[in-house]
Amino acid sequence: MAVSKEMTVLNKVGLHARTAAMFVEKATSFKSKISIANLSKETQPANAKSILRVLSIGVQKDDRILVTCEGEDEAQALDALAELVTSNFGEEL
Amino acid sequence: MKKITGIGVSAGIACGPIYRYENQPVVIDPLRGFRHKTAADPQAELARLEASLATAKTELEAVLEAAMQRVGAKEAEIFSAHALMLEDPELLDQVAAAIQEKHLSAEEAWFEGTEHYANLLAGMGDEYLSARSADVRDVAQRVLRILTGRKQKSTQLEHPAVVVAEDLTPSDTVTFDPAKVLAFCTAKGGPTSHVAILSKALGIPAITGMGSWLAELQDGLVAIVDGSAGVMVVAPDEKTRAEYQSLSASFQEKFAIALASAHQPAITLDGRRVEVVANVAAVSGASRALEFGAEGIGLLRTEFLFLDRETEPTEEEQAEYYRAVLEVFGKNPVVIRTLDIGGDKPAPYLKMAAELNPFLGVRGTRLALVHPKVFQNQLRALLRAGLGHNLKIMCPMVGSLQEVRAIHEHVNQARLALEESGVEYAHDVEIGIMIEIPSAAVMADVLAPEVDFFSIGTNDLSQYTLAADRTNPDVSPLADALDPSVLRLISMVTRAAHAHGKWVGLCGELAGDPLAAPVLLGIGIDEFSMNPRAVPLVKQALRRFSTDQARQIAEKVLQLPTVADVRRYLENFA
Repeated sequence: MAVSKEMTVLNKVGLHARTAAMFVEKATSFKSKISIANLSKETQPANAKSILRVLSIGVQKDDRILVTCEGEDEAQALDALAELVTSNFGEEL
Repeated sequence: MKKITGIGVSAGIACGPIYRYENQPVVIDPLRGFRHKTAADPQAELARLEASLATAKTELEAVLEAAMQRVGAKEAEIFSAHALMLEDPELLDQVAAAIQEKHLSAEEAWFEGTEHYANLLAGMGDEYLSARSADVRDVAQRVLRILTGRKQKSTQLEHPAVVVAEDLTPSDTVTFDPAKVLAFCTAKGGPTSHVAILSKALGIPAITGMGSWLAELQDGLVAIVDGSAGVMVVAPDEKTRAEYQSLSASFQEKFAIALASAHQPAITLDGRRVEVVANVAAVSGASRALEFGAEGIGLLRTEFLFLDRETEPTEEEQAEYYRAVLEVFGKNPVVIRTLDIGGDKPAPYLKMAAELNPFLGVRGTRLALVHPKVFQNQLRALLRAGLGHNLKIMCPMVGSLQEVRAIHEHVNQARLALEESGVEYAHDVEIGIMIEIPSAAVMADVLAPEVDFFSIGTNDLSQYTLAADRTNPDVSPLADALDPSVLRLISMVTRAAHAHGKWVGLCGELAGDPLAAPVLLGIGIDEFSMNPRAVPLVKQALRRFSTDQARQIAEKVLQLPTVADVRRYLENFA
């Protein structure tokens, strides 16, 4: 059973170096398989534990993303990643 | 013995062993392959890769720590992204597969894998992601260097040396200990490159634009560097060494003589007094400027008050800082430039959109006008601090009359606000603009009646006039302020200002070049503002001419067809 959530990235420059790094670090701390797709650009789901893949889906400000987690800690993983995105990675908007 | 010629960008003579600072990339030619001797054994290649990745990780930890201390936690976080790339599961899988299935060497596989992502990111048409592709290549190079066993050259010099490099980034330049750098020499770069500006500020001889000669220079070879003439002599014979020793002594003596009279005014042979002032960016710089004989400040930068901080400096904080600098100079003139930042130097509290071309974007006065509260705060702080001093306010990056008028409206609004709150302020502050956009230079006769003075910023005026990015080493030599096109604009601006009874300053690198002194004097520049260290020599150069002689030199120079002709002609008077 996988869990997913759709969210909007509101940071000024989207998932750029700093925010992408935070996202990947958080994803890597869980055992589940985690993917992220950029719905606004209709990309394929990318491995959320790969910084290069996450950068390559080109998430810009206001893009909709879909995060999917599958594995023993999927619920916690999804909550943690959603919290990171909705708190705008601790940046002021 | 070999003689190499480049562009002399910082005067002085040095002699010592060469230290080659390598920042050349490791090139893996994908067509020819890079066959490592163990490439036939995939397990050995994987082990080599793993060991190199571990070393790279350790190195990056040290870089991260150094960056945290120097530039702050937020900027340093890019290096945590670098570290993550070393552990990227998708990349590592791809590289391992290439080693195991295609029997590539670790170098080839790593290069192929990282290039794949670098190209992917570069091709996405997003400025931020393009910049990330440079990060991928940076990480890729770190690992390739370790894999190929190249040593990373350190910026820690064991003994004084002549530092030679392809090019030096600002961070390269600042990590060298200036006390051990005898001279900086680079293959690329021009008179306004970072290394040129920094060398001048530190009084270190420097040559840029040495071209392909660099390849022949090896560590430990002795070289003489003449930063005035732009000449390097490698492995000099005894006779040459002796010649330069006496030249060096005479340069030092010349500087000492110039310094001895630095506190006397610069008066031409026919008795015209020229104001020689300094460009300064901090209170400490102001006292140093005084030591070198500056008669005031022609350009006080205020950017660093605003950069590297999370919130805007308060009006109080700014006023206190401006007052501290004004007090150093008593009643002498101090020109303070309002905020001059743009997309290349963002401040977090000023919301700036990412720009493809920050030098043609919202910067300087354009930025001030879209952040009226920030501009008002600065203007009020300036007007308050100016009380009892000789303050002049100068606005950067002005391109049109509308902007001049908008500035005046802002100044009036700031005055009114101070009036209403009953705060004392300076009523007689001159308001001027920098001339650095060609449109402003061309329209100088229209702008002159509405300002109190012009100050010509030749670094930007040159890069805009010649369409040559002065941060791009491949074209920066073109942005030469002695180019006849720039000199003609300077002359035009000066005539326009004088026709309306306004004074003209010049605050680019050109003002501090003794070679340019006669032509600028002849054009009629009233105030020369420069790096403090250049004050003694420029004062001395100005004293050697009469107004008439200088005018004749300027007339001749303005008719010369190329920058090379200008330089050659001016050498006759140096």
